[in-house]
Amino acid sequence: MIGPMLTEAWSAMAANRMRSFLTMLGMVIGVGAVILMLAIGQGAQYEVDQSIASMGSNLFIVLSGSTTSGGARMGGGAAPTLTLADAQAISELPSIAAVAPIAPGTAQVIYEQNNWSTRVDGTTPSYLEVRAWQLAAGYMFADSDVRSATRVTVLGQTVVKNLFGDENPVGKTIRIEKSPYLVTGVLAAKGQSLDGRDQDDTIIIPVTTAQRKLFGSQFQGSVRFMMVEASTAQAMPAAEQAINQLLRQRHHIQESADDDFTVRNLTAVANAASATARIMSLMLGAIASISLVVGGIGIMNIMLVSVTERTREIGIRMAVGARRRDILLQFLLEAVIISIAGCLAGVLLGVGGAVLINGIAETTVVITLSSIVLAFVVAAGVGIFFGFYPANKAAHLNPIEALRYQ
Amino acid sequence: MAGESIIRVNGLFKQYETAAGAVPVLKDINLTIASGEFVAVTGPSGSGKSTFMNILGCLDKPTQGSYFLNGKEVDTLSPDELARLRNDALGFVFQGFNLLPRADLESNVALPLVYGGVENGERRKRAGEMLAKVGLGNYRKSLPNQISGGEQQRVAIARALVNRPRIILADEPTGNLDTATSREIMTIFTRLNKEDGITILLVTHESDIAAYADRLVRFVDGRIVYDGAVTRLEAGKA
Repeated sequence: MIGPMLTEAWSAMAANRMRSFLTMLGMVIGVGAVILMLAIGQGAQYEVDQSIASMGSNLFIVLSGSTTSGGARMGGGAAPTLTLADAQAISELPSIAAVAPIAPGTAQVIYEQNNWSTRVDGTTPSYLEVRAWQLAAGYMFADSDVRSATRVTVLGQTVVKNLFGDENPVGKTIRIEKSPYLVTGVLAAKGQSLDGRDQDDTIIIPVTTAQRKLFGSQFQGSVRFMMVEASTAQAMPAAEQAINQLLRQRHHIQESADDDFTVRNLTAVANAASATARIMSLMLGAIASISLVVGGIGIMNIMLVSVTERTREIGIRMAVGARRRDILLQFLLEAVIISIAGCLAGVLLGVGGAVLINGIAETTVVITLSSIVLAFVVAAGVGIFFGFYPANKAAHLNPIEALRYQ
Repeated sequence: MAGESIIRVNGLFKQYETAAGAVPVLKDINLTIASGEFVAVTGPSGSGKSTFMNILGCLDKPTQGSYFLNGKEVDTLSPDELARLRNDALGFVFQGFNLLPRADLESNVALPLVYGGVENGERRKRAGEMLAKVGLGNYRKSLPNQISGGEQQRVAIARALVNRPRIILADEPTGNLDTATSREIMTIFTRLNKEDGITILLVTHESDIAAYADRLVRFVDGRIVYDGAVTRLEAGKA
């Protein structure tokens, strides 16, 4: 039964080539738009996810508490409540992967006739793990450098560019605030952070060197904040609780007293950014879906015309024994063929357009199999949905009137 | 030739509901047709003969009364069962040929077999045989608009025959044809009736066409006014 129906559907479409083509075009554009928009949306999401990942994953920031100086409260991080020993203790918690204590500051760095003002982070070797940062050249300073407060440094790419140009900085000596530091390594490029700062415009030195030699702190051994990486995303709530408990204990804080530190969960920020990108992606898809619906209405329109034109044919078929469901199936099949053929062409158009945009605009577009499958299923659904009304109308024609129809 | 009754109609009424009220079209029709008869149905326009043929053809249902086809009461059947009867118990031939314009002759003839669920190979074979039977064996792949009106009507007859029905209902089959072609078509009908024993009901208003039949039924104002042998007088009134 399906065989002759396919033949019939084909000959009906072939008899009205232009019309079939235009009807199909509605679906082609609809499906193409959906796939393209999903690809662009997912590309944007991919880029957001990438920049979130560049921050490091499963991160907490632990800030030391505020202090009051002459009535002026100094804000979080001002009080010298966090110590390297705290960092060490936190890193021994089971739910923690790594801890990087950070003593930040800004300094003028000089190499030969070039100089540049940049952010200087005093930290430990685990900084690389916490920030998920690779080295482009050389090596990271070691724990022994931290213990003995050596004057060594690892440079970010922006600093390298401004001080060294094309020269290889590893093994060279730069001056930070008049003191010489040996460059042991260069960080890989990381690009912009979510808030638009250049993450590569930084250098890192051992935390002890920063505290004792560069910035000089009146509270030896204290750090402004630390970055703490939980072992997994699932472990984050437990890790947060454990850090709180541990620090309260270590700082001898009474039950009723407030914390002298703050634990901030960076994942919340990341999740918000990721959710925004996802919503944008969904919105693009939804807008494109409208064109798919319009394409479907086009199919319905043409099928209604077709049913009217072929009223007599329907009458003949009924007279020689076609049942209602035979007629229904025949017209439904035609609608589905049009929408699926349109869908195939639309997939090609969408994928081709995505590849083209990828090449020309250099934005990331991501085509997933699921978006193609989705477009396909929706197109077939649209064909059935919008094809049903005309097909049902055909199936319920009165055979006598249909035969008499001129 | 005549055997058991193949069509039996008892107390059949048909009326159409219109805005102006019920319009009676058929009033108390009683008719029995035996297997193998060749019946001409005549009458002026609006006499109800077309409505009667539609009811016999299971395309329409009577308002009242009963219709037995092959001993089976038809008016209790579902639309699907009626479609099945039209498919294998009846063959239709229309004034306007009613071939599918885009399908070749073979596919046109095979159409009832599609809905009868016959395999593709068998469909082609039987369609070919039927086309040969009406003298168009060499035109299997032609399209309806490539052949003459008379040839188109022969294709329609082949289509009516392809599922081996016992009854053919022909509604003014020669209405669009010239005299010579009409004669050819009537020769085919006569042969089918005499040689294959197929029961034929033929609606016509031409006396020389009615003359091919063995029995004449004449409708006027929704009633049968004559039912008997084909005489020159009665045929002439058609």
